[in-house]
Amino acid sequence: MKKELLLGAEAIALGALDGGISGVYAYPGTPSTEITEYIQKNSHQRKEPVRSAWSANEKTAYEAALGMSYAGKRSLVCMKHVGLNVAADAFINSAITGVNGGLVVAVADDPSMHSSQNEQDSRVYGKFAMLPVFEPASQQELYDATREAFDLSESIRLPVLLRLTTRLAHSRAGVEKREVRQQNRLNAIHAPERFVLMPHNARRQYNHLLGIQNKLEAYSEQSWLNRLIPGTGSTGVLAFGIAFNYVMEVRQAYGMEFPILKIGCYPMPRKAIEDLFSRCETVLVAEEGYPVYEELLRGYFGGKNIRGRLDGALPRAGELNADSVARALGIAPKELMPVPDIVANRPPALCKGCGHRDLYEALNTVMSTCSDRHVFSDIGCYTLGALPPFNSISTCVDMGASITMAKGAADAGLRPAVAVIGDSTFTHSGMTGLLDAVNNQAPITVIIADNDTTAMTGGQSSSATGSKLHAICRGIGVDEEHIRTIIPLKSQLEENIAILREEIAWDGVSVVLAYRECIEAAARKKRNRKGTP
Amino acid sequence: MQINIILAGVGGQGILSIAAVIDHAALRGGLTFRQAEVHGMSQRGGAVQSHLRISDTEIYSDLIAGGTADLILSVEPLEALRYLPWLAPHGRVVTATEPLVNMAAYPAMDEILAELDRTNRPVLINAAELARQIGNTRVSNMVMLGAASPFIGIASEEIESSIERLFQAKGADIVAMNIRAFRKGEEVSQTQA
Repeated sequence: MKKELLLGAEAIALGALDGGISGVYAYPGTPSTEITEYIQKNSHQRKEPVRSAWSANEKTAYEAALGMSYAGKRSLVCMKHVGLNVAADAFINSAITGVNGGLVVAVADDPSMHSSQNEQDSRVYGKFAMLPVFEPASQQELYDATREAFDLSESIRLPVLLRLTTRLAHSRAGVEKREVRQQNRLNAIHAPERFVLMPHNARRQYNHLLGIQNKLEAYSEQSWLNRLIPGTGSTGVLAFGIAFNYVMEVRQAYGMEFPILKIGCYPMPRKAIEDLFSRCETVLVAEEGYPVYEELLRGYFGGKNIRGRLDGALPRAGELNADSVARALGIAPKELMPVPDIVANRPPALCKGCGHRDLYEALNTVMSTCSDRHVFSDIGCYTLGALPPFNSISTCVDMGASITMAKGAADAGLRPAVAVIGDSTFTHSGMTGLLDAVNNQAPITVIIADNDTTAMTGGQSSSATGSKLHAICRGIGVDEEHIRTIIPLKSQLEENIAILREEIAWDGVSVVLAYRECIEAAARKKRNRKGTP
Repeated sequence: MQINIILAGVGGQGILSIAAVIDHAALRGGLTFRQAEVHGMSQRGGAVQSHLRISDTEIYSDLIAGGTADLILSVEPLEALRYLPWLAPHGRVVTATEPLVNMAAYPAMDEILAELDRTNRPVLINAAELARQIGNTRVSNMVMLGAASPFIGIASEEIESSIERLFQAKGADIVAMNIRAFRKGEEVSQTQA
């Protein structure tokens, strides 16, 4: 059969489409964005419609997916690892209510923090929620496992977490398609005893979740995602998810024959693991992300010689690779050509001609006259204003935090207290913080850098831009006179400086909407109009 | 047969288009391949790279191990040097020579050339200049693909037909220009091979 050339993220998308989803819900976040983008580009070719617009944030996405599932249809919800923090409330509770139509939660973790604030491990959330987790090791496995995750979800009536990491999400390989499954019919079941989490229901449902755990483990024992690669010798390897690829690479490259137990389905298959441990003197635990299962196994097998990220055999932080695994298996490092000293870093930068450049130029001029030059920022392209030559911002912690941190700092007495946030991030989780600021009459200035798109992740649609942002701020209660609009252009610099000065001097909540379309998005639109891709 | 290639450049220089052409040629040739690429924040003017592996047997790792790249194909000279720890002793560096200076500490060109010279018979290509002669600097990535083609292990005809397929939606003129760029790169490269 003809293979399709797909990124790992796209393999999930195709698996979900062919597995009969009726909708995908997501907020863009590297390395998960391409799952939803693929579905948006390809769902219109399907016989039955698939709903696929972006959500305001991961929590709203998760809850919408849950609603679709309660109505009997299959739904996919996608996010990056830190997005699961935002959706965590809904995620954990959905394990208690369970689902109706299949619900798969695809979460892409970013070890090595290529494009993220931390490298948290979503398998911890899977364990926390006591839900089954799939962690495929190849693009083909991602396609097949996504389909199977929907079947499993429906048969055990629980959401299934599909975890992958950057390297698999953003690597391309040939994937073989299987037959297309039809969508479920609408079937909204009325089961308040499951879906209404009042304490008496929740307690019963929680007991049900606890009771079903052996069944989940039994499923793992026979899953094709967990399998033994037989071998010889006193050392064995327990390889989780993508770590399996690096371990196999080393085995092949050095002609080694150690046995490997590959794990791609959790909870862990206890019998298979006990079997490996009973046969080997030493076991290397290779997992990408946190040493989640190494820690657990050290608890189970205390005296056994377990190697891994906790004892330094593998590095504690960052992605794994064949070189780090080879070292952990006792292979002396090769002598490599060094990077010449003249090679300096080439960090990412704001695009030439980007409106954020003109915004920061104006803001820097205004802030340079302030005794406390402190600007709270948020997550998006404008975060690059932290780097030279701008050095404009002082913080970036999580989505929406700029406004609430500025409020807290204002409460502490910081003047001026200035926040910079993007249009998409504002709707993701900035709006509620603005309401807090208004209710507390906090003396803060919020600059919404509205570039009409979610630019950093590649230009997805934003939930509110332009006049809609203005209306939201007014609705939240910001004084109309202190919602100002500026156009960040060189030619407007003096005027923009004046407006920022006025609003920063105002002793209350003010919002400055800095509106200028992303130049990349504008160029893309122009190309599309011309009809040349 | 197994070929490990590191594609290097700066965000926006079109290395993913080069990768796509090679991927499709490999896929049609029934070869196994894996191609890992960089997305997101680092794309905006930062250093970007793609690990591309082609084989007639199973490939496990998406990443190339240190010291095992047969080829570093770079569309920017400084970026070629960034990935030297991956280069195999027999490996070759094929790089464009026009610098992209978007950083404060960009080294002098003669220093870069001296470092490139330490590698095994580097192939240096004035890609932008050749592309300009062909008609558009935007095809300089196809010039570089052509320059690398003697080292990729896939017949040039296969690669040309991939270029044709990938660019056909943009019209016959664009296809022809990209093929000309590819051939020009290949021709210049052979004089240095």
